[in-house]
Amino acid sequence: MSDMFSALKIYFGYANVRYALVVGVLVALCSSLLGVTLVLKRFSFIGDGLSHVAFGALSIASVLNVSNSMFVVMPITIVCAILLLRSGQNAKVNGDAAIAMMSVSALAFGYLIMNIFATSTNLSGDVCSTLFGSISILTLTQGEVWLCIIMSVLIVAIFVILYNKIFAVTFDESFSKAVGTNVNAYNLLIAVIIAIIIVLGMNLVGSLLISALIIFPALSAMKLFRSFRSVTLFSAIFSVVCAVLGILISILAGTPVGSTIVAADGIAYVICILLGAILGRTD
Amino acid sequence: MDNESLIICKDLEIGYNSSILKDKINFSVEQGDYLIIVGENGAGKSTLMKTILRLISPISGELIFGEGLSASEVGYLPQQTLVQKDFPASVWEVVLSGCQSLAGLRPFYTKEEKALAMKNLKRMGMDDLAKHSYRNLSGGQQQRVLLARALCATKKLLLLDEPVAGLDPAAMNELYERINKLNKEGVAIIMISHDVRIATQYARHILHIGDTLFWGTVEEYKASESGRAFADMEGGETGE
Ligand SMILES: Nc1ncnc2c1ncn2[C@@H]1O[C@H](COP(=O)(O)OP(=O)(O)OP(=O)(O)O)[C@@H](O)[C@H]1O
Ligand SMILES: [Mg+2]
Repeated sequence: MSDMFSALKIYFGYANVRYALVVGVLVALCSSLLGVTLVLKRFSFIGDGLSHVAFGALSIASVLNVSNSMFVVMPITIVCAILLLRSGQNAKVNGDAAIAMMSVSALAFGYLIMNIFATSTNLSGDVCSTLFGSISILTLTQGEVWLCIIMSVLIVAIFVILYNKIFAVTFDESFSKAVGTNVNAYNLLIAVIIAIIIVLGMNLVGSLLISALIIFPALSAMKLFRSFRSVTLFSAIFSVVCAVLGILISILAGTPVGSTIVAADGIAYVICILLGAILGRTD
Repeated sequence: MDNESLIICKDLEIGYNSSILKDKINFSVEQGDYLIIVGENGAGKSTLMKTILRLISPISGELIFGEGLSASEVGYLPQQTLVQKDFPASVWEVVLSGCQSLAGLRPFYTKEEKALAMKNLKRMGMDDLAKHSYRNLSGGQQQRVLLARALCATKKLLLLDEPVAGLDPAAMNELYERINKLNKEGVAIIMISHDVRIATQYARHILHIGDTLFWGTVEEYKASESGRAFADMEGGETGE
């Protein structure tokens, strides 16, 4: 035990490790907040589709060799978020298929572009780390960490300010519309925030795993709690705890950070299901 | 008379994506009125209600809101949506969301708004269950919660889309009585219903949407052609 702590102490002497923990906690917090809304609005597929789009965008950015890939990835992902939300609302027969098509093509084109215009010698390593996050500990610049902190503070602030409206719009869109709430504006905002969260989270857990950070906390909380507020609070705590645990374990065991966090989420989810069953909250 | 009207429809044409479902709809709703909309499945009753609520826009014609009634002063009880079924929300959270138009851009609900929500929850006899989970309530209780929410949004006009669908006869009667009581307290009601018995028992006016449109008082409706035809079809329940 004391070995573990002294090992951690040494690791936390490195700025990289501290940055990773800060970013991990913030991304986990932000993604869990809107997860509840996404799951309840049956929008979880949007998160999944978007992460693939972000992968495609990132490969374009790396081919263009822009200094900060965020400037390419962020706008593309936001635009796609808005488009996906639109098509989801119309609920046309092939809306789902359209989203699946979009996300799969983004993956395929992304890989293709990277392959054709590859500048690095370690292509499969690059692809792997964009899909599943960094192999070992994250290497983030101070600038990236600050960007993440600012964005996270913004997202949490917006969420707190709009909490009541987000609940109303999620619970019953037509009632909200009927009493004059600008439902479209709120939906748009939700879509934009999701896009931002996905781009932020890509560094941490990679684009394939980010939707796990959005969905697991919400589903776990819904197994145990019955009011919107307690579900939201619990999923935030759940997500942060799992992220911290995942990061610590990945440091100590030398496992890839993204998949360790998601594995922690998965195990905690199963625990929540069992707890829910024991407490008789299976409804 | 006219300045007492809450809503006036003149030659309204309704439908989706500019394909006309029903046209030449003419009726008005006075303050404290009780209007029942009847008609077969797919006749366009819900479409009309959504048009009145401006959830969809009318294709042509006039839809005038009377003085002292703004669009945000209308209470609405929609047909239940799928999303609500397993939604984690307490009764209190649901009712309080009825105050969203009062709150406007303000992020939090005031004391007055919370008091209003509590008052309406009491009016519906659901205040004991405020902390309970909405999804674990019975269908009748859920409708009462949604009615309390609608009441938070309005003092003047309630639009109810088949509020008793799926309820057993006892719960149905109880809900009708509560709605009737609200009407007696001065809230105008526009309600979609398949129940002609209720239409004749409580309502003042009837709008029948069918091949021909009828709008008039209950007495006029009973005597009219479409009234008799509809009553026969529904099992002759209009006869005393
Ligand atoms: N979103 C939509 N887009 C296009 N057409 C629609 C839409 N919703 C309903 N319709 C069509 O409009 C017609 C009228 O529907 P509406 O829901 O108004 O009927 P209703 O009178 O309320 O029936 P019910 O008694 O079954 O509730 C139906 O033929 C329906 O198929
Ligand atoms: Mg209907």
